[in-house]
Amino acid sequence: MSEPTGPTLLDPVQMGRPVGRLDGRRKVLGVAPYAVEHEAEGAAQAAMVASTVPRGRVRSIDATAARALPGVLAVLDHTNAPRVADGEDREFAPLQDDTVWFRRQPVALVVAESSEVAREAAALVAVEYDEEPAEVGLRPDSPRLYTPEKLSDGSESDTSAGDVEAALAAATHVVDETYATPYEHNNPMEPHATIATWHGEDAGLGDGPVLTLVDSTQGVHAVRSSLAPVLGIEPERLEVVAPYVGGGFGSKGAPHVNVVLAALAAKALAPRPVRLTVTRQQMFALVGYRTATIQHFRLGADADGRLTAISHDVLEQSAAIKEFVEQTGSPTRSMYAAPNRRTTHRVARLDVAIPFWMRAPGEMPGMFAHEVAMDELAHRCGLDPIELRVRNEPDVDPETGHPFGRRRLLECLRRGAERFGWEEGPRAPLSRREGDWLVGTGVASSTYPANAMPGNEATVTFEHGCYAVGIGAADIGTGSWTSLTQVTADALGVGLEQIRLGIGDTRYPSASVAGGSSGLSSWGIAITAAARAFREQHGDRPSEGASATAGMPDNPDLQEYALNSYGAHFAKVRVHADTGQIRVPRMLGVFSVGRAVNPTTLRSQFLGGMVMGLSAALFEESVRDPRFGHVVTQDLASYHVAANADVADLDAIWLDDDVETHLNPMGSRGAGEIGIVGSPAAIVNAVFDATGVRVRDLPVTADKLLAGLLPQRERDHVLGDASA
Amino acid sequence: MTRTIGLDVDGEAVRIEIDVRTTLLDALRERLGHTAPKKGCDHGQCGSCTVILDGRRHLTCLSLAVAHDGATVTTSRGLAALDEAPDAGPPADTAEPSSPSLPGADPADLPLHRVQQAFLDHDGLQCGYCTPGQVCSAVGALAELAAGQPSHVTDDLSGRPELSDAEIRERMSGNLCRCGAYAGIVAAVRQAAGS
Repeated sequence: MSEPTGPTLLDPVQMGRPVGRLDGRRKVLGVAPYAVEHEAEGAAQAAMVASTVPRGRVRSIDATAARALPGVLAVLDHTNAPRVADGEDREFAPLQDDTVWFRRQPVALVVAESSEVAREAAALVAVEYDEEPAEVGLRPDSPRLYTPEKLSDGSESDTSAGDVEAALAAATHVVDETYATPYEHNNPMEPHATIATWHGEDAGLGDGPVLTLVDSTQGVHAVRSSLAPVLGIEPERLEVVAPYVGGGFGSKGAPHVNVVLAALAAKALAPRPVRLTVTRQQMFALVGYRTATIQHFRLGADADGRLTAISHDVLEQSAAIKEFVEQTGSPTRSMYAAPNRRTTHRVARLDVAIPFWMRAPGEMPGMFAHEVAMDELAHRCGLDPIELRVRNEPDVDPETGHPFGRRRLLECLRRGAERFGWEEGPRAPLSRREGDWLVGTGVASSTYPANAMPGNEATVTFEHGCYAVGIGAADIGTGSWTSLTQVTADALGVGLEQIRLGIGDTRYPSASVAGGSSGLSSWGIAITAAARAFREQHGDRPSEGASATAGMPDNPDLQEYALNSYGAHFAKVRVHADTGQIRVPRMLGVFSVGRAVNPTTLRSQFLGGMVMGLSAALFEESVRDPRFGHVVTQDLASYHVAANADVADLDAIWLDDDVETHLNPMGSRGAGEIGIVGSPAAIVNAVFDATGVRVRDLPVTADKLLAGLLPQRERDHVLGDASA
Repeated sequence: MTRTIGLDVDGEAVRIEIDVRTTLLDALRERLGHTAPKKGCDHGQCGSCTVILDGRRHLTCLSLAVAHDGATVTTSRGLAALDEAPDAGPPADTAEPSSPSLPGADPADLPLHRVQQAFLDHDGLQCGYCTPGQVCSAVGALAELAAGQPSHVTDDLSGRPELSDAEIRERMSGNLCRCGAYAGIVAAVRQAAGS
């Protein structure tokens, strides 16, 4: 193999420093404007009307009472809403026909002078339906199951190597279990929200924006490229602005129906701006979620615990209105060495809301199953769970045969074991008790691919003694305002005070979304290329107005190496022996993610991912009405996310001599997602260690432990347990 | 139906005519342009809309504005005015650049409460959307602790509650942070309480 020429690394001067968030002061004061907080003179307020049936047709809509309400400006439905230019993607074609695809789909939109009037009028719109039979439950025998062409990461639905069945039949130790993960909702704290202003074709003497969307999005250019054809606007005349975004975790990685509705309302009321905020309740139907999964996982191993077979069969769900296929089995393909491997995905498109990205789509549910299965195998082999992983460390990527850029999983596990005080040896469930509490520890590995997305470009301009750098990137809380300023400073060889960063606006060059832990990599590659082009063209003493623009250079390494981040998660749990209540007093994550561009924001991303992993392990579950398929736990009182008191001693560290030499000039990979990947399995494995009860479906709640704890309690009673 | 009410918001007296159904949060955000308090759930479940109302932390999404005629509201924007020890801790402007080129009002002229400075010192935020509510809630929580009010985790109800991480976590649990910045938030509140 020829030696590939990877990116030329930057000399880290500003990178690596714990620079405080440049937007931090605005955020603690509350003066950073989020989407609908931008000024919009005379803006009207919109409110959605949702379908009450899961499948069928709208027979009639009576908006007489709504229209009669003082302050109502318009009621749009499929009979009178502006037409879209391209309705092929049905998520982006609301109010275009009478079809109802799922319960809570918008069937009308009220626009009014105030939000109070809009809400009241929306409640007055009377809709009648011709209901049709609906299929809303994910079942292993669902008639709608099919094999998807591709998974959402672009990979094959099914893969196979060797002979899994023969290997399992011959294996000394076998794990053959079914794992399940529930529906989960992203729930960023800022609801999805938009101000749309339709300026019209004549705006700005024919070349100004036809439409401006001030939106809460993880990618302004993604909104532009998705919606310009839908709305029949030249892409460059669709302006999208999002300087501050109140979280997303994937749900804002693409526009959803609410953005199209805002645009259609703005077109109907042009030139008056329209504000449309999705309510917290509506977010459970309209802006994506993580599909539930049913995963049949089989592992075969020889007497020494060396894997001979890995088999991962996934059942999951998508929506009839639009396909989205979670890549649940993808990480299994490259995680551990085994000569016989297979992964399959079967998907049912149901009459329900559209699933989409939620933090570590695929890796989170898939690695939960894989890492709990590994813990089960370690128990059956009588091995320390870390030792089992040591024995199954692959030399090359099992899937592609490519060498790993640098795979440091075992170093993460060993560093973590030392820091955590991991007791070596096989787990001995029910061996530690402190008063009424059963105590256990668990470990799990995590991985996340090192992504850099195509289509990025940046521009650098010398203005008033400073370097203005522009790229249509996003800061959704990850720290991009700060870390990209550090990257730019090092790429130009100047101090932070000389950088004026511009992001979150389509006036800046094209950028990929803040998603897939790819943001800093993708944007930093383009920024560094632009900075290098600038120095090449204008030298170190540029004249006022000197400018350079560049895209992403070819990187042959991406074809030659398997590039992934790795992590080791450790958790300590306490389970009340009588009630099954679970507490997690301690969590540690040790990560290999390449160079830390900003240690402060990097650590916060790890901790945040781990908190979301804890939340998934113990709390999060969207409960569907089995008749209608809508989520009944549609608020933050019934859909529980981790609160402050749920989190105790959290610790995240990383291998600080780590430099990724194949991906980007910063030497980094990405950190937004890996923190969630291994946390749920580590907690579930710790619960097994504490209680001897193996829970295979998330979340782990007290009711799932009580039956298993009962024999223990009875034994205590009979034997007169001394510690009780 | 409308009514006219008066409010003092961050030191500024205003009179507005409002729909009687208007929440205090919507009055602040949609009528008065005070967007520091955030709308995260509109049901009193997330804490993003927290302000200091007549001296106590308060969820503005659960309050009708007409019920608070004459009230004094302090949002995160004006929080420094409530700081009884503004000179304690590091000078506010040394740690963080004000970054005048970023979008939004230049915050250089706006002083910080020591709680806000502590949030910056400990990176107790990521996306920032829950943060105005968090900092107001922290100021309220510290005042409640100082007044000797017990919480669910206070062991001895007869004595004064001790400032512990468990007390901070419990008292800050009405403010959800989906980015998961809780570790930094606890460290920040501890720092602010100590100064």
